[in-house]
Amino acid sequence: MTLIVWLSVALLLAGAFFFVAGTVGLMRLPDRLSRLHAITKADNAGLGLLVLGLLMQAPGFLTGIKLVLIWLFVLAASATGAHLIAKRALRGDGEDAR
Amino acid sequence: MSLPDIHLAIALLLLATMSIGLIRVVIGPTPSDRMMAAQLLSTSGIGVLLMLAPVIGVPALIDVALVFALLAAVAIIAFTRRREDDA
Repeated sequence: MTLIVWLSVALLLAGAFFFVAGTVGLMRLPDRLSRLHAITKADNAGLGLLVLGLLMQAPGFLTGIKLVLIWLFVLAASATGAHLIAKRALRGDGEDAR
Repeated sequence: MSLPDIHLAIALLLLATMSIGLIRVVIGPTPSDRMMAAQLLSTSGIGVLLMLAPVIGVPALIDVALVFALLAAVAIIAFTRRREDDA
């Protein structure tokens, strides 16, 4: 295997590690906001590293563009979602009211 | 170990983390926790699709992942805009 393949595999493994860490955080951390912190790491860094790893093996330009677009969309969705969930949790509105 | 094997192994690992994340959907305790877990599931699902696309030789799976990424935002926003009196 060439150097670029090794680098790609290392990035893929690092991405998978972030997903595992995010899931462990989701299960083990004590409250809502810290769990939110754990899952946004998996979304942003984990998927970002996976996409970088796959980008090195991408067969064409179009596939590469799609991979980067997927990461950007997930980045936007996860940042917006984290803010909205945190705001809802802090205000205690909707079904989270206690 | 060849490259497709590594892709497949990572896809399986992501599937395993998805199954563990489902426990959080079940135990909650608040709706926010369930929605966060669903968000992680959708991101891991995108990861699994991206890893499988080169292995099984279906490049269209990348387009499926693109649609997943677009719909993830809609699901979260729809949930956070919901109020009890809307139900």
